[in-house]
Amino acid sequence: MLTFTLRRLLTAIPTLLLISLVIFLLVDLAPGSPLSDVPLTVPPDVRQKMLEAMGADQPVMVRYFLWLKQFFWIEPLYGIDALLGTDFAQGAQRIISWQSKVPVFQIIGERLPQTLTVVGTAYLIGVLIALPIGIYSAYRQYSWFDQAGTFFAMAGFSVPTFFTGNLLILIFAVNLGWFPTIYDTNLEVVDWASFTKMLAQMALPVTVLALFNAAEISRYTRSSVLENLGQDYVRTARAKGMGEQKVVLKHVLRNSLIPVVTVVALGLPTVFGGAIVTEQIFKINGIGAALIGAINVSDLPTVQTVTFIFAVLIVMFNLIADILYGILDPRIRYD
Amino acid sequence: MTETAVQIEKVRGPWGDVWAQFRKHKGAMTALFLLGGLAVFCLIGPLVWRIDPNFIESDTVKMFKMRNQGPSLAHPLGTDQLGRDMLARMMFGGRISLAVGTVAMLVAIFIGTTVGVMAGFFRRIDGLLMRLTDLFLALPLLPLLLVMIFLFRDTVAGILGPRLGTFLLIVMAIGLTSWMQAARVVRGEVLALKEREFVLAARSIGTPSRRIITRHILPNVLSPVLVAATLGIAAAIITESVLSFLGLGFPPDFPTWGRLLYDGIAEIRTYPERVIWPGLAISLTVLSVNYIGDGLRDALDPRIRGR
Repeated sequence: MLTFTLRRLLTAIPTLLLISLVIFLLVDLAPGSPLSDVPLTVPPDVRQKMLEAMGADQPVMVRYFLWLKQFFWIEPLYGIDALLGTDFAQGAQRIISWQSKVPVFQIIGERLPQTLTVVGTAYLIGVLIALPIGIYSAYRQYSWFDQAGTFFAMAGFSVPTFFTGNLLILIFAVNLGWFPTIYDTNLEVVDWASFTKMLAQMALPVTVLALFNAAEISRYTRSSVLENLGQDYVRTARAKGMGEQKVVLKHVLRNSLIPVVTVVALGLPTVFGGAIVTEQIFKINGIGAALIGAINVSDLPTVQTVTFIFAVLIVMFNLIADILYGILDPRIRYD
Repeated sequence: MTETAVQIEKVRGPWGDVWAQFRKHKGAMTALFLLGGLAVFCLIGPLVWRIDPNFIESDTVKMFKMRNQGPSLAHPLGTDQLGRDMLARMMFGGRISLAVGTVAMLVAIFIGTTVGVMAGFFRRIDGLLMRLTDLFLALPLLPLLLVMIFLFRDTVAGILGPRLGTFLLIVMAIGLTSWMQAARVVRGEVLALKEREFVLAARSIGTPSRRIITRHILPNVLSPVLVAATLGIAAAIITESVLSFLGLGFPPDFPTWGRLLYDGIAEIRTYPERVIWPGLAISLTVLSVNYIGDGLRDALDPRIRGR
C-alpha cells in the first residue's frame, strides 16, 4: 500500500507539471493587456515601466518558471511563516494579482472560507440525503419509492443549477420573503440572531447544490446496494435467521459503501467547479466569483493560479479515491 | 432462400429488437414524444409563427408601447424589454440550443471514437493516448472553457463574424473538453473485440488494419457510442447554457435558451416568466435526452433484452 501511494504520488508530479504548462500557455494567449484599464493619456514609456514592474514584458517561458517556483516554493514558505511566525520567505516575490496588486494566495485565503462553508455543507447534506434514498430504492426495487427516486435523480442532474437556483429565489425569496436573495459575506456568527441569519442565507444555495449532488450519489448507492443484495453472503445471513435490519444495514451497507466512498471523493473537486455557477446566482463572494472576476479583466496570474488549484484538487482527490479503495476493500491489492 | 431471409428481416431485424425493447421503457417513450414535440416547436414552429425574433419597432414611441407586454393573442408569451416577441425568440433560441448540442456531441464523439479505437487497436500508441485522456480528465474543465471562450471570442468573431464565429468556437470548445468518457468506453470495447475470432479471421485472410477497423470494429462499437452520443447532447446543452449564464455565450441577437434565461434574470422580480420559459425548455430537453439515453442503454444491451 505504501509503495503504491508513493508511486502514485510520484506519477502525479509530471501530470501536474504538464497541466500547469497547458493552463499557463492557454491563459497566456490572452489578447487583453493588463494595462487595458489604464487611461490612454499615460505616456508609452510609463506604460513600459508599469509592464516591467508587473513582470509582464518577460518571455513566456521565463514567466512560467518564475510562476512555478512561486507556486511550489515561495508561497508554501509564506504559508509556513504565517502559521509559525517564522521568516523563511524573507520577502521573496509572491504571485501578485494584476487587478488588485495583492498576493493571489491572500485573495484565495479571503475567498475560500465562503466557498468551503457553502459547498462543504451542501456536499455533506447531499450525501446524507442520497444514502437513505439509494439504499431504500435498491431494497424495494421497482416500488413506487424507487420510481420516484429514479425520477428525482434524473431531474436532479438534468435541471441546471442556475435554473433551480433562480426558481428557488423567485419562490422563497421574492414571493414568500423567507430567505435573503444575496449572501452577505461580512456576516459574522457571534450570537443566536446572527446564527439564524447565517442559516437563512445559506439555505437556498445549499439546497440547490445539495439536490444536485444527491442525485448522482443516490444512483451510485442504489446500483451498488442492488449488486450486493444478490450476493451469496446475504442469503447466508438470512438463512441464519438474522434480522432483515441487521442484514441490510450492517452486512450489505458496509460492502456497498466501498464504491460510493470513492465516488464521493472523486466528486468533491468537480463540486468546486460547479460552485462557480451557484456563487454567481447567489452573489457569494467565493473563489468561483474571484475566478470569474479575474477572467473578465484579464488578470492572468489570478486565473492561472486559481485554475491550477482546481487541477491540483482533482489530481489529489483521484489519488485519495484510489487509496481509499485499496484500504476499504481488502480484495484490491495494487502491489 | 433470399426471399425467406428478406421476410424474416421484415418481421424483426436487429434494430427491430432494439426498438421493441426500447418501447417497453415507459420513461424513454414519454421522453421521446416530449423531445419530438420540442423539436417540432423549434423547427416547424417558425414556419407557422412568422414573427421575426429580432424585430424591434423602429418608431421609438411604438417601440416603448411594445415593451414588456404580458401574454396576449398577438404575443402569447409576451414581449421582452425591447418589444421582441418572446414566442418567436423561444423557437429561434431552441433551434440554436439544439444545434449546439448536436454539433458539439458530434465533435466529441468523433474525437472520442477515434482516440478510443486507435488506443484499443494499436498497442503501441495505447499508453500515450490513455495518458492524454487522463490528462484531459484531470483538467478543471469549466474554468478552462470560460478562459478559452473569453480569450478567443473576439478573435474568432472577427474572422468568421459574430454568429458563426461564436457558434463554432463554443461547439469546438465543448467538443474538445467532453470526449474522454466516450474514448474510454470505446477503447474497452475494442480491446475485447480485437481478441474475437472474426477479427482473427479477417486478419488471417490479409485484411489491412484500416479495413478491419471500418468493417468489423466500428459497427460493433456502435451501441456504446450511440448511448454516449445521446448523453453527450444533454451535457453539451447544459454546458452551453452555463456559459451563457455566466455571460460568455451567444450574442443577444443570436440567442440560445441559455442566453434568453440570462437576459431574463435582470428583471426576474417583475417578469419571472422570462426566466421560467427558457429554463423549463432547457430542463425538459435535457431530462428527455437523458431518459432516452437510459432507455437506449437498456435496449442495446442484449443481456437485458427479452426480459
